[in-house]
Amino acid sequence: MIARPDRDEREYDVVVVGAGGAGIRAAIEAKAQGARTALVCKSLFGKAHTVMAEGGIAAALRNVWKEDGWDVHFRDTMRGGKLLNSWRMAQLHALEAPDRVLELEEWGAMFDRTPDGLILQRDFGGHRYARLAHVGDRTGLEMIRTLQNRAVELGIDVLMECTMQRLLVDDGRIAGAFGYWRQTGRFVLLRGKAIVLATGGAGKAWKVTSNSWEYTGDGMTMALDAGADLIDMEFVQFHPTGMVWPPSVRGILVTEGVRGDGGTLKNRDGERFMFRYIPEFFRAETADNEAEADRWYEDKKNNRRTADLLPRDEVARAINSEIKAGRGSPHGGVFLDICTRRPADYIRRRLPSMYHQFKELAGVDITKEVMEVGPTCHYVMGGVRVDADTTQSTVSGLFAAGEVAGGMHGSNRLGGNSLSDLLVFGRRAGLHAALHAKDFGGRLAADRAQLEAIARELLEPFTRSGNENPYAIQADLQEAMQDLVGIIRTETELRHALRKIEALKDRAKKVRIGGGRTYNPGWHTALDLQSLLTVAECVTLAAIERTESRGSHTRDDYPKTDAEWGKANVVVRQKNGTIQFTREPLPEMPAELRGLLEEKK
Amino acid sequence: MRVFRGDASRGSFREYRVETDQGMVVLDVIHRIQATQASDLACRWNCKAGKCGSCSAEINGKPRLMCMTRMNTFAEGAPITVAPIRAFPLIRDLVTDVSYNYEKAKTVPPLRLKPPDPDGRYRMMQEDIDRIQEFHKCIECFLCQDVCHVIRDHDLKRQFAGPRFFIKVAALDMHPLDTRNRTEFVAREAGIGLCNVTKCCTEVCPEGIHITDNGIIPMKERRADDYDPIVWLLRKFRGQRPEPA
Ligand SMILES: Cc1cc2nc3c(=O)[nH]c(=O)nc-3n(C[C@H](O)[C@H](O)[C@H](O)COP(=O)(O)OP(=O)(O)OC[C@H]3O[C@@H](n4cnc5c(N)ncnc54)[C@H](O)[C@@H]3O)c2cc1C
Ligand code: SF4
Ligand code: SF4
Ligand code: FES
Repeated sequence: MIARPDRDEREYDVVVVGAGGAGIRAAIEAKAQGARTALVCKSLFGKAHTVMAEGGIAAALRNVWKEDGWDVHFRDTMRGGKLLNSWRMAQLHALEAPDRVLELEEWGAMFDRTPDGLILQRDFGGHRYARLAHVGDRTGLEMIRTLQNRAVELGIDVLMECTMQRLLVDDGRIAGAFGYWRQTGRFVLLRGKAIVLATGGAGKAWKVTSNSWEYTGDGMTMALDAGADLIDMEFVQFHPTGMVWPPSVRGILVTEGVRGDGGTLKNRDGERFMFRYIPEFFRAETADNEAEADRWYEDKKNNRRTADLLPRDEVARAINSEIKAGRGSPHGGVFLDICTRRPADYIRRRLPSMYHQFKELAGVDITKEVMEVGPTCHYVMGGVRVDADTTQSTVSGLFAAGEVAGGMHGSNRLGGNSLSDLLVFGRRAGLHAALHAKDFGGRLAADRAQLEAIARELLEPFTRSGNENPYAIQADLQEAMQDLVGIIRTETELRHALRKIEALKDRAKKVRIGGGRTYNPGWHTALDLQSLLTVAECVTLAAIERTESRGSHTRDDYPKTDAEWGKANVVVRQKNGTIQFTREPLPEMPAELRGLLEEKK
Repeated sequence: MRVFRGDASRGSFREYRVETDQGMVVLDVIHRIQATQASDLACRWNCKAGKCGSCSAEINGKPRLMCMTRMNTFAEGAPITVAPIRAFPLIRDLVTDVSYNYEKAKTVPPLRLKPPDPDGRYRMMQEDIDRIQEFHKCIECFLCQDVCHVIRDHDLKRQFAGPRFFIKVAALDMHPLDTRNRTEFVAREAGIGLCNVTKCCTEVCPEGIHITDNGIIPMKERRADDYDPIVWLLRKFRGQRPEPA
């Protein structure tokens, strides 16, 4: 059959799939441990989502607020996630984030400073104190560039524009990953004693999204295929403020930093509507009137925080309700006003990218005009189920960190907690993957017949007799998920979505593309479609299962938060080719942590 | 819209007729062509908001980001050409092999920080880092590299690092805590002498970085002084640099 294998083969101790913040940090750690390490990514190096992050990295550095500490950060994170978070992950995250930020500084990152020369921190939704280390509104760029430089300095092998498609499992252990070079279409087999998945999320399944073409849920799907569990898939975060106009920029993110720096949300009638949407859970710590909210920006000790900075799920739902009630802006959003609240030079200094972005893309000068914003799909809280300390999945030798992993953020992520999550668990993933590889004495086996079967499958879209267009299927999926599995859900709609996904899966089997294997985006889209459909199905199934409203998951037919559901995860796994789900109890939280949650201001 | 189609061996412009909607950028049009007429049309993009530097191309002959070029800046119905950036080898359609830049990145001598304050913290003043943050804004779109005639016309890729890397070195050198001297590197390996300050790089930078005025010129001027080890040591010790010209 295939005379000369149509593939490159390489062997490593640790293969890190994904070169965003989590992946690069993992590779740096693995390399520092002496492991032969590969870092693989679909795009060019340094272009992952992490580069787009704007607002900042959450860490209780205590530079601005002495009162802040890991315990307060832990409490905010757990409350933000409506207590469904893995408490151990939230604890490790809060404890280790400050060290990870300071280490970035040692590697050359230049954060904005306090008057005495320390790292400045800014306010973000759901965080009790100003806690986000940032560089204007381009923190992600600073972070990824710093990590990228560090990886280059350490001489890590970077395999760019290389898409992984399947994980190889031998006798219950991970053995490698198989994929292709985008530039040539040639196949690649990476044997690895340990694999770290750091492939990010799946927001490309929705129509209005802040995510790029890369976010097709590859890591989640590969893990599921390899036998790992996914959890919390029903929790998909809609960021309250995406651009809504003009249509072609719909979904592009407007950082929460705008509100942190004084911007307020208003409806068509000029009303600051957020005060009407303060949930009981956050009432004690949220200002219920404009005067107090405004005072809070100046004096945070004696006033409660503004309702504009409630956690994202609350704000997104509120905006949604305003629009539904006919009080939205002309293009179907609401208004975000910073121009009447802050002087022009302050806005340009604190929010330079936002200024630039609105000016260039929408022709709006945000120092003079209000922005129009609305919810946009942003982040998947769910993902690969991992052990909190080691980040190992339920498959031996398979680790996961960053957005691809589940558990850390519970039902709703606080802004800024992702970048810190990447650093904390990226490092842990790299460390434990390296240790795992050291312990492994056996040989890495790869079944030739299996590899050839995968290769054949990946080439099918070139030779099929069908005539479906992968872009059209993707667009139809996005439409269905947006309409039926969005911010507000009902069982009827979710079931309808499932039927649509089934039909799209059938159509995906008939995709046929033209052209050759060299840099062919049609082919790449056809392959990405498989993981996109799988993740869409997982999210929908889990959303049907969770018959309550909590965090980012709002069921119109079950509007209440249910205490019983507060003790359980929805776990998804694959058995005999079909997706199954179970409800499994959360691990019990130790009493001393529970105490931290109850401690009130 | 006329889009370049082809690979390293051959290629030509092909004409596509596309309906446009309000607010569209060039990248949207490319995506529409992919979705409806040419599924294998190769291009790179990620953020669609001018932040990742993936979507560089030459639009009507000018190096630009496709995602930040609005269609309404062109006259109605006028033909628009979109071509790959020219200074790098073509892979296919709008995608080029930019590995030269990644190779150059490996040669830059990294930071070497002085020890932290006694309490283990580093202190830096906002004024001291403002200038560096200008250079940190670089999104690595490589448009400056594309347009620099030393790379583009003379193809002196071996001897010359290019503007992107001059500002990278400038940022490292201006780091208030750095202790390394990169003078030799800038002169010998990076070949700053080959730059004759035409400022073409500055003109195309989508981040508005003053590559020549704030990065290259001060570095060229400093070179003379820096050969004097006493002057260099004093500067490092005080953490000071002459103001940019
Ligand atoms: C516009 C925007 C603004 C944001 N702002 C903030 C903020 O201010 N603060 C905050 O904390 N968070 C923010 N976030 C969220 C945060 O940026 C992301 O959650 C985070 O960067 C994800 O990092 P990651 O390392 O998990 O994945 P990414 O950075 O997305 O990296 C994923 C990597 O995996 C690779 N990959 C994917 N699939 C494959 C495959 N099949 N084969 C090989 N490689 C693959 C990709 O190429 C990429 O290199 C923001 C997100 C967006 C989109
Ligand atoms: S100023 Fe120097 S670096 Fe910039 S384009 Fe001209 S020659 Fe190249
Ligand atoms: S300096 Fe400007 S033009 Fe050059 S790579 Fe960076 S952002 Fe692009
Ligand atoms: S797509 Fe990121 S800069 Fe254009």
